[in-house]
Amino acid sequence: MKAIVSVFAQDSKGIIAYVTRLLAEKEINVLDISQTLMQEFFAMIMLVDLSDCALSFTELSRFLQEKGQERGLDIHIQRQDIFDAMHRV
Amino acid sequence: MSYLLNSGEILQTIQMISQQHLDVRTITMGISLLDCADTDTEACCRKLYDKICRCAGRLVQTGCDIENEFGIPIVNKRISVTPISLVAASCKAADYVPIARTLDRAAKTTGVNFIGGFSALCQKGFTESDLKLIRSLPEALSETELVCASVNVASTRAGINMDAVRLMGEIIKETAERGPMGCAKLVVFSNAVEDNPFMAGAFHGVGEPETVINVGVSGPGVVAHALKECKGESFDVVAETVKRTAFKITRMGELVAQEASRRLGVPFGVVDLSLAPTPAVGDSVAEILEIMGLERCGGHGTTAALALLNDAVKKGGVMASSHVGGLSGAFIPVSEDAGMIASAKEGTLCLDKLEAMTCVCSVGLDMIAVPGDTRADTIAAVIADEAAIGMVNNKTTAVRIIPVKGKTVGDSVDFGGLLGSAPIMPLHGGSAAEFIARGGRIPAPLHSLRN
Repeated sequence: MKAIVSVFAQDSKGIIAYVTRLLAEKEINVLDISQTLMQEFFAMIMLVDLSDCALSFTELSRFLQEKGQERGLDIHIQRQDIFDAMHRV
Repeated sequence: MSYLLNSGEILQTIQMISQQHLDVRTITMGISLLDCADTDTEACCRKLYDKICRCAGRLVQTGCDIENEFGIPIVNKRISVTPISLVAASCKAADYVPIARTLDRAAKTTGVNFIGGFSALCQKGFTESDLKLIRSLPEALSETELVCASVNVASTRAGINMDAVRLMGEIIKETAERGPMGCAKLVVFSNAVEDNPFMAGAFHGVGEPETVINVGVSGPGVVAHALKECKGESFDVVAETVKRTAFKITRMGELVAQEASRRLGVPFGVVDLSLAPTPAVGDSVAEILEIMGLERCGGHGTTAALALLNDAVKKGGVMASSHVGGLSGAFIPVSEDAGMIASAKEGTLCLDKLEAMTCVCSVGLDMIAVPGDTRADTIAAVIADEAAIGMVNNKTTAVRIIPVKGKTVGDSVDFGGLLGSAPIMPLHGGSAAEFIARGGRIPAPLHSLRN
């Protein structure tokens, strides 16, 4: 299953490294990354593949949120379908 | 970004959810209780409790799972059932309060927010059972927390049952004596629909399947945000913007509905294309009308603005869903909309304007608080006016009016949660007592003869 990981935070060094490490730890492959700065605000969107991830979606979502909070990052994961439904006919 | 997605679109969706209050307002499971009929009331209660718990046992958990995986809030998970006046018709009970208590218990066991269908359809006349149900309403509504009731008193085909209108005036007064919450859970309809997922008026019609999943979408905040970008543009642009936004919102609702239907193994019914406000700032239908250029919702121009909004929501939404139904349109519940509350408090939004607005939007006089000393025949006359609008215009109209005991114009009442708070609104003087006392039926209009 593919999903979208979104990360929002105050910009600082090492955010991408931190998040990708979390994902690698759970056997999640990153397919694509887009990152922008909106003023001082860091926004990153990642398309990831969950095929090899052993956690359930709910467990993974909780894991990312908790680990994100430890570093002051707002991390969410959502199934890709919601974006496809809204923006693709 | 490759893989067909671009980060701009993803950010737009995330912002709609996190900042513009986009949500799925309700997943409502309709359950037929026709097979629960029994002459013994206790047996009937036992059957319907078991059936509801069996069918809807996984509803709330499934809703939460979908919410989690798609990252879209699903605010309410609810149940609608066959109108109880039909289910209980063969019971030998003197009243239906025990059945309401059972529904309440089933709602609590399944964990839903509300259960709708303590209802009677008597647009042309009463059955014995309709009368028993209606007379049970004051006690049933005050003794239960989660049970919602509705009574259909008129339709384009049948006309207006003015005996039912009179009786509902009295019942609403009596219900109000026991506290304002009872009336907030009671809707009087004209042209009630059988697949409405929204409370308090949801029930599972007899033409519906055994069980069904209906979904109500929302998103006034998203529409408001989109319209802020078209300041000074013509109405053509405004209508087009609302349509595009409604399309996106509804696509999301359709996805959630299909997913819920698949996971629960229950057929998908309809998506109800509604703009349902909440008391939260930025989640208001009134605000949309004001962004269109009105200083205050309720001023002149409001009806035209609402007509455009209502139509564009439907046009945008209908292409995004395989089946559309329910009430579909913009809701204008006064107590549940921060903009309406402000405008009503200020006196710009009055009952007459609301009545006019109900001619062009999806429902009716909704969540209107009036002085506690309002007479039953005045309430009945308000219902009759609204029923006439529904009957003549071939549309659903409803009245959810709350005479608040001990309060008068200038006071306000707080219902809590999504039901919000409402200022007490003034009604006109001049008695309708003689008019309401006539009883009988107002005949169906000429255009009811469509065959």
